[in-house]
Amino acid sequence: MKRTGAQAVIEALLQEGADLVFGYPGGAVLPLYHALADSPIKHVLVRHEQNAVHAASGYARTSGRVGVCFATSGPGATNLVTGIATAYMDSVPVVIFTGQVPTSMVGTDAFQEVDVTGITMPITKHNYLVKDVAELPRIVKEAFHIARTGRPGPVLIDLPRDVAQAPCEAPIPEQVEIRGYKPTYKGHAGQIRALAKMLSEAERPLIFVGGGVVASGAEELLVRLAETLQAPVATTLAGLGAFPEDHPLSLGMVGLHGKPYANHAFMECDVLFGLGVRFDDRVTGALDKFAPQAKIAHVDIDPAEIGKNVRVDLPLVGDARTVLEDLLPLVQPGKREAWLKRLQELREAYPLTYGRGGDVRPQWVIQRLGEMTRGRAIITTDVGQHQMWAALFYGFTKPRTFISSCGLGTMGYGFPAAIGAQLARPDAMVWAITGDGSFQMSMPELGTAVEQNLPIKILLFNNQSLAMVRQLQHFYYEGKYTAVRFSGNPDFVGLARCYGAEGLRITKQEEVIPVLEEAMQNGRLTLIECLISEEEMVYPMVPAGAGLNEMILPED
Amino acid sequence: MKHTLAVLVENKPGVLTRVAGLFARRGYNIESLAVGPTENPSVSRMTIVVEGDDHTIEQVCKQLHKLIDVIKLSDITQDPHVGRELVLIKVNAEPHVRGEIMQIVEVFRARIVDIARDSLIVEATGDEDKINAIEAALRPFGIRELARTGKIALVRGSRGKVLEADLSEQENVSQTG
Repeated sequence: MKRTGAQAVIEALLQEGADLVFGYPGGAVLPLYHALADSPIKHVLVRHEQNAVHAASGYARTSGRVGVCFATSGPGATNLVTGIATAYMDSVPVVIFTGQVPTSMVGTDAFQEVDVTGITMPITKHNYLVKDVAELPRIVKEAFHIARTGRPGPVLIDLPRDVAQAPCEAPIPEQVEIRGYKPTYKGHAGQIRALAKMLSEAERPLIFVGGGVVASGAEELLVRLAETLQAPVATTLAGLGAFPEDHPLSLGMVGLHGKPYANHAFMECDVLFGLGVRFDDRVTGALDKFAPQAKIAHVDIDPAEIGKNVRVDLPLVGDARTVLEDLLPLVQPGKREAWLKRLQELREAYPLTYGRGGDVRPQWVIQRLGEMTRGRAIITTDVGQHQMWAALFYGFTKPRTFISSCGLGTMGYGFPAAIGAQLARPDAMVWAITGDGSFQMSMPELGTAVEQNLPIKILLFNNQSLAMVRQLQHFYYEGKYTAVRFSGNPDFVGLARCYGAEGLRITKQEEVIPVLEEAMQNGRLTLIECLISEEEMVYPMVPAGAGLNEMILPED
Repeated sequence: MKHTLAVLVENKPGVLTRVAGLFARRGYNIESLAVGPTENPSVSRMTIVVEGDDHTIEQVCKQLHKLIDVIKLSDITQDPHVGRELVLIKVNAEPHVRGEIMQIVEVFRARIVDIARDSLIVEATGDEDKINAIEAALRPFGIRELARTGKIALVRGSRGKVLEADLSEQENVSQTG
């Protein structure tokens, strides 16, 4: 018996090493599910398609492998959109299969038909509508190749039901040949020499790293570069974990809510080396005030990022790890005592502080969690104040341990991402740090986590409000708090228990450590509700239109 | 400034949408876009005229290059190239002005390709200036309808001859940003 198109897909998935699929079935995608049933691939049934992509994304970011998800046509496909856009903005390799109505019905507004390739064109690295089953094995192979190479990203394959059911004789090709796609990994030798000279001669160099360092696995080379140059390293949000924050040269996160001394260091450096970053607006503040004394070198695998947002004195296209391998032997070691002394002054003059708040301080809780897990747990977050506190106070020491929607800022990302992360790393401790607003966007996935028996720890900061929005209203909209208060929140502890998970609550500071300890030791899915004040603010905060050093800092 | 981009793309459904969609969502202005198959049936050539400063054009090129279906791309504005556009103009032509119109057509080395009782269709090819000039010359007679193809262009000389050899060399927009 000949295999079907769907069986060819499963064969290709196995060949790519995909042993896990997140998804949600429906009519048009049933051929894939039928073929999946006879395969060794594990399927995780989520509660909403959006969370299938988020979980696949969490899996991909934690493991460095390609995440895979399935959904059906029409609403199944449109429900994926936020997840795909989230993965796209953070350059996460995910391959998404959607069922489609049979080819004879495409374009007729059939039941559960939607133009998913049209809808996802701007939010995928590439997508395919498969019309001929003979092309299917090649397309699946290409999709994985495109998703994981170059600047990674999501790739979608829309598979009409009749194509999936048709006999497929075409073999999976040995090689991928895409003539329009040849990402540049190796940097230009002359530019690398120029970069080595620029860095070696700098008096006040600053290395600024992002998600590209994590994606390429350049973290060890980065430590060597920083130590050779004696140059401090700051990260973007996506770059957290790329450089150990317990290293004396670490400045931590820079930007809108960056560490105060890191932001000041950007104003004073004379060479700024951006590596695997895209100079996003949350990082630069006002562009005309950004790194005013610095010559800027920018290395990225995506040529379109270079020169997009900031003027660059030394552009260099290449993969972060490959470029560092070539760069390191050319860099002259330096001591830079004056610069390190100045950085120490900045650390003392502009420390990271909490500001005013209630009885239980979320910043303090996250610092304790960082100590108790030695900065080595996998932390996923949602979006809001808790995300920034996690970024500022946890103390990340390993790459692929901070999993968050950095570019799109998608609330509801953290918990499904934690499901993917825990499945990727069953041995690791996974904490989903969230807020009451974000968590309610993906709360039904408690059922998925229970089914999969995942011992995820959910640390939910409950201030019964959307306090990051509230903070914006405080600073920019005359303190008129509109539509930010929740009065109908559930009893989160009771909710966890009714799913069969553990529920714990922190109401005062002395409960923090015992409750965190209990959660770390119980081996079960656990939700910790931590009650905090809605008046907490995320500090520092660079106001709109200001430079990085013009931060609002807490008064006390 | 106007730039002329020569873009070789996969001859597949949806490629035009990818290119046009990219221009729309990133806010670039297409002056004209002409597309058709090449000597290789799997490859189409797009000639895109786009208005913008150097920074914008650089971004346009880099973003276009990121599309998987874009095989090769060059900004040929500064290169010696042959650029042509074709226009069809249906112009009012009562019998007493036909002689005058035919003289204009001759001056521009254009052609009359259809005659009706009171109108003519004029076909002209040339660069943008010439097309604008013939349009202006015919306007006083009353232009009823007009269709322009948009510019197509090829670089002069032997450069760019063998497509397959070029495909592995993605030298444009690579190292120097």
